Amino acid sequence: MSLLSVTGITKTFGGVMANREISFDVKPGELVGVIGPNGAGKSTLFDLITGFQRPDAGRVTFDGHDVTGWRPDRISHLGVGRTFQKLKPFAGMTALENVMVGAFQKTSDVAEARAAAMTALEQVGLGERAEAHARGLSTGQRKRLELARALATRPRLLLLDEVTGGVDQATVPGLIRLVRELHATGLALIVIEHNMRVIMEISERVVALQLGQVIADASPAEIVRDRRVIDAYLGETWRE
Amino acid sequence: MGALAFPAVFTLPFPRHVMIMIFLYGALATAWNIIAGYCGQIALGQAVFFGIGAYTSSLLYTRVGLTPWAGMIGGVILAVLVSQVVGYPVFRLRGHYFAIATIAVGEIVQALIINWDAIGGGRGVFLPIKRPDSFLNFQFHTSKAYYYYIALGLLLLALGITRWIEGSRRGYYFRAIREDQDAAAALGVNVAREKLRALAISAGLTAMGGSFWAQYLLFIDPESVFPLSLSILICLVAVLGGVGTLWGPLLGAAVLVPLQEGTRVMLGGTGKAIDLLIYGALIIVISVAQPGGLMGLFGVSRGAGSAR
Repeated sequence: MSLLSVTGITKTFGGVMANREISFDVKPGELVGVIGPNGAGKSTLFDLITGFQRPDAGRVTFDGHDVTGWRPDRISHLGVGRTFQKLKPFAGMTALENVMVGAFQKTSDVAEARAAAMTALEQVGLGERAEAHARGLSTGQRKRLELARALATRPRLLLLDEVTGGVDQATVPGLIRLVRELHATGLALIVIEHNMRVIMEISERVVALQLGQVIADASPAEIVRDRRVIDAYLGETWRE
Repeated sequence: MGALAFPAVFTLPFPRHVMIMIFLYGALATAWNIIAGYCGQIALGQAVFFGIGAYTSSLLYTRVGLTPWAGMIGGVILAVLVSQVVGYPVFRLRGHYFAIATIAVGEIVQALIINWDAIGGGRGVFLPIKRPDSFLNFQFHTSKAYYYYIALGLLLLALGITRWIEGSRRGYYFRAIREDQDAAAALGVNVAREKLRALAISAGLTAMGGSFWAQYLLFIDPESVFPLSLSILICLVAVLGGVGTLWGPLLGAAVLVPLQEGTRVMLGGTGKAIDLLIYGALIIVISVAQPGGLMGLFGVSRGAGSAR
């Protein structure tokens, strides 16, 4: 039984087919990596799953509900959380207040939301920065903040758009450890990631996109040997 | 407490009038602050709600004989309804496009009222003077103190509602929408619904101000209660004081209203636009030196302070 089913979704932007008949499933608790060159349609795929874009054709089903064309907030309430590639912190609010917005999905009580938000901040290692304004956080901290915000909604599926993109090398291992910890709690994740070492390390399955189409859907070990993936994305250096 | 004792100390009409105007503009700017300062939607059509409040209570009084107090509630209801009908399509626009659309709505409504002869058209509505003073008639000719306390009550209501919003889930949602509405939606915030609620609260309070104004002057016309200049003045007052803060709009009113009334008294008809020139200069100075508004001078930034 799949948690998420994407069936034949297609999305066109002014003649450019960003997603073409994409289909794949995510099982409860699974960690699926999504790879592909820039413009392959990865972020569009996230937008289609989370309701920020409406597919021209195809269906998105989550936990037995057909959520195709639903508003983002309704999909969020069903248990799908996400982060954005271009980070979207509530800049004028403190880190704690940022996360409280997510926590309010499950409670209208301010004290409860604050406690839940604090737990989420500590989970991502930002507990000490709770009172800092979001605009004062580093990129790595903002990534963690987005994660904490999404976690505070208590999702069953979390979509992470470029976990390690744009952060310095020293912060990468910490973020990877964090993703693994989240996965260990039973949370299902879809992770867009450019760093191949990261994706191979954490994914149970990898979906490779090129020009809006799925060119491979396999285990990491199979993906690195896949002819089309190597040609489209990995390049010659990956061939032994 | 000082505000309560003011009429006892200042017995002349003019200082009382200035205070009444500070309270009224403070209330209007505080109401605007809810939709614009907290929720981040720069609505420049508040005069629509002000005018609806003024016309509803005035017409219900002159045509049906309903006490202006009930008329005020009627005005609130009508303004809230209009805010929802107009807000639904207009909120699909973002940023400047939203602001421009609200200006357009304001202009359209004013034109409609000017040409609507059945409710007085361009001539407006005169409220019959009733003596003696009567709370029921909302008319007090012997002393401005009554208007003073009513305006103060309106201001306190607006501040109280803002304080309540700040400390509740709704306030967090409003501010989240202001900062990034996509991120808010991804966290489960029904952005369209929250914006409509912010506008409804703002519209209702603004309509109350309109009803008060009608009873204070006993004459209204489309030029005085539906003008774009009023919508912009409300915005200026709040921006000067500090948007997204509880006290900012009142502070802005406390600075700008005496300026307006003072230049009016000192320069009379010849100095008609002097106050606007000074406003303009003040706004430029503030936006360059202290973008957070006058509240920034006290180290208060917008929307901060409720998550302690």
